[in-house]
Amino acid sequence: MTTTGVPPEREERDERSKDRRAWLREHSELGVCVMLLALGAVVLTDALTMDVEITQRGPVGPKTVPVAVGIGLLLVSVLLAVDVLRGGRGEAEGGEDVDLSEPADWRTVLLLAGVFLATAVLIEPVGFPVAGALLFWGAAYALGSRAVHRDPLIAAGLSLVTYAVFNNLLGVPLPGGPLMGVL
Amino acid sequence: MNAFSSLMDGFGTALTPVNLLWAAVGVLLGTAVGVLPGIGPAMAVALLLPVTYGLEPTGAFIMFAGIYYGAMFGGSTTSILLNTPGESAAVVAAIEGNPMAKSGRGAQALAAAAIGHFAGGMIGTVMLVALAPRVADLAVDIGAPDYFALMVLAFIAVTSVLGSSRVRGLASLLIGLTLGLVGLDQMTGQQRLTFGSLQLADGIDVVIVAVGLFAIGEALWVAAHLRRTSGRAVPVGRPWLGRQDVKRTWKSWLRGPLIGFPFGAIPAGGAEIPTFLSYVTEKRLSKHKDEWGKGAIEGVAGPESASSASAAGTLVSMLTLGLPTTAVAAVMLAAFQSYGIQPGPLLFERESELVWGLIASLFVGMVLLLALNLPLAPVWAKLLRIPRPYLYAGILFFAAVGAYAVGGEAIDLVILLIIGLIGFGMRRYGLPVLPAVIGVILGPNAEQQLRRALQISDGSVSGLVDTPFSVTVYAVVALIVLWPLLRKPARGLLNSRRSGTE
Repeated sequence: MTTTGVPPEREERDERSKDRRAWLREHSELGVCVMLLALGAVVLTDALTMDVEITQRGPVGPKTVPVAVGIGLLLVSVLLAVDVLRGGRGEAEGGEDVDLSEPADWRTVLLLAGVFLATAVLIEPVGFPVAGALLFWGAAYALGSRAVHRDPLIAAGLSLVTYAVFNNLLGVPLPGGPLMGVL
Repeated sequence: MNAFSSLMDGFGTALTPVNLLWAAVGVLLGTAVGVLPGIGPAMAVALLLPVTYGLEPTGAFIMFAGIYYGAMFGGSTTSILLNTPGESAAVVAAIEGNPMAKSGRGAQALAAAAIGHFAGGMIGTVMLVALAPRVADLAVDIGAPDYFALMVLAFIAVTSVLGSSRVRGLASLLIGLTLGLVGLDQMTGQQRLTFGSLQLADGIDVVIVAVGLFAIGEALWVAAHLRRTSGRAVPVGRPWLGRQDVKRTWKSWLRGPLIGFPFGAIPAGGAEIPTFLSYVTEKRLSKHKDEWGKGAIEGVAGPESASSASAAGTLVSMLTLGLPTTAVAAVMLAAFQSYGIQPGPLLFERESELVWGLIASLFVGMVLLLALNLPLAPVWAKLLRIPRPYLYAGILFFAAVGAYAVGGEAIDLVILLIIGLIGFGMRRYGLPVLPAVIGVILGPNAEQQLRRALQISDGSVSGLVDTPFSVTVYAVVALIVLWPLLRKPARGLLNSRRSGTE
């Protein structure tokens, strides 16, 4: 230890909090248990506060299955917690383009989620061709593409062609927005 | 003979110019999307679902069948040339196929795989024609308790047989069942988990769940761990086979379906197990044992044939019982439901034209695929060079198109993103995705059958087990659940007997 001026107790406390953080990181899967527990609680509360009137037909009403699912969620969350504390680990999924040796790149994931949300907000006011092009462009940028001239062109082309094919050829309506009103 | 004449009528439907066009479009789209790395058949069909929204059901399902088989064809190209299989069924193709490609025999590997798919698909579909109407006839009398038993079987099988951890499979299933509960109760109109929102009262569309979990979840997961240097594809010429190769592989092509078809029809994880079994069988029977691991052509031909045949087997249980045994079948079931068609024993009676048209189009699709894939393989192989940012941006783009097309509501995109984030978390912590999808699709149906069965029996639980069919199914369920406990003693018994005789 190079920190000579620090009293030994504090060093020990630092050490302990570091240990605890490492333990939590190691057992981050417990977060899944917490989520399942919360979900189970929500499902159960919703089911038990349901006011079933005379609408019920037959012996099994609309409450029964949600109650069963809620209890199941609570049970599974406990079982999973036991499994994790005993050293069980869910294996992260591999894939063609997945490199698990490096830590997760949260910035990209957040950027992509942001771009996607922006599309949801924009699709109705500006129409699909513009919102779709922004989605593709933004997502490609977030994923590391830096072809300044090519990216927007590809995005615009893809979005326009998709709009035309779906809206006009396949009979799946998409909002055109002001741009299509002009054209 | 009845099935034969129905099939001929089916060809009448499938061979009309319009339907032939849809089959060709489906096959092309399916192959293209299947070749793209990172997209397996389940994501391919989920992403391409909106393409069929504007069509009438028969055309839509003919196109769908083309997409399904095309995606499987395309997937093996990726495995062989890139050695990085995206889905479990194509893992085996890479073991021998990639060494072949590296030693300059890529053309032969692709040909062996393509003809294997053709042979397996043809034989599998013939078995489907022979078997499906008979299963439907047997199943036509089954009632609510039997359906409920079948769905319990599907739930248990999908959580126990697949994946390494039962708890995690069960967690995934329950997440799916919870999503399936959202909306108005089908029998009473009671709001459940809607939190007063009108949007949620309609329920969450199955398509949005499937696209969210398969496409958005996968794209985000890959984005978090994107490999900075992606593998190089081995360049390849036009596929062809010499006489020597044909001599070595024809038996493998014929053996594959015998293994693949039965496994496809039962809920045992689709093509994963049969392709592996076929690989092991071919290895044992091969006369060229020294080549294994370095590029034995039988190791490509047999498993690929088994994998196509298992797809046909999957359709048997999906069409006759409404029981999806793989992720692709689950998405197809969702597509049927969105047209208001319920697959099951009555499907062959009520929607005879649709079903037989669909089956006939499988044969048509196979021929189209073989004709397309042999000459076009080098073109498809070019798709492997697509820059990864464009690939995953494209997946997000088409996922957004699909989700928006379902109901024309921007809020669906937000729900899609939330479900995608759930899918991301599930991949991070090893929760399998398939049980959740099966839970969403079968959950509401299972609840209805359960309530109907108990209504008939006036609330007595014995009403769930009062038919021989349901008792048999529950016996199978019990066997699956107790298997880990039974396995040890069974193996011990076997070992002691073996050592006793020796």
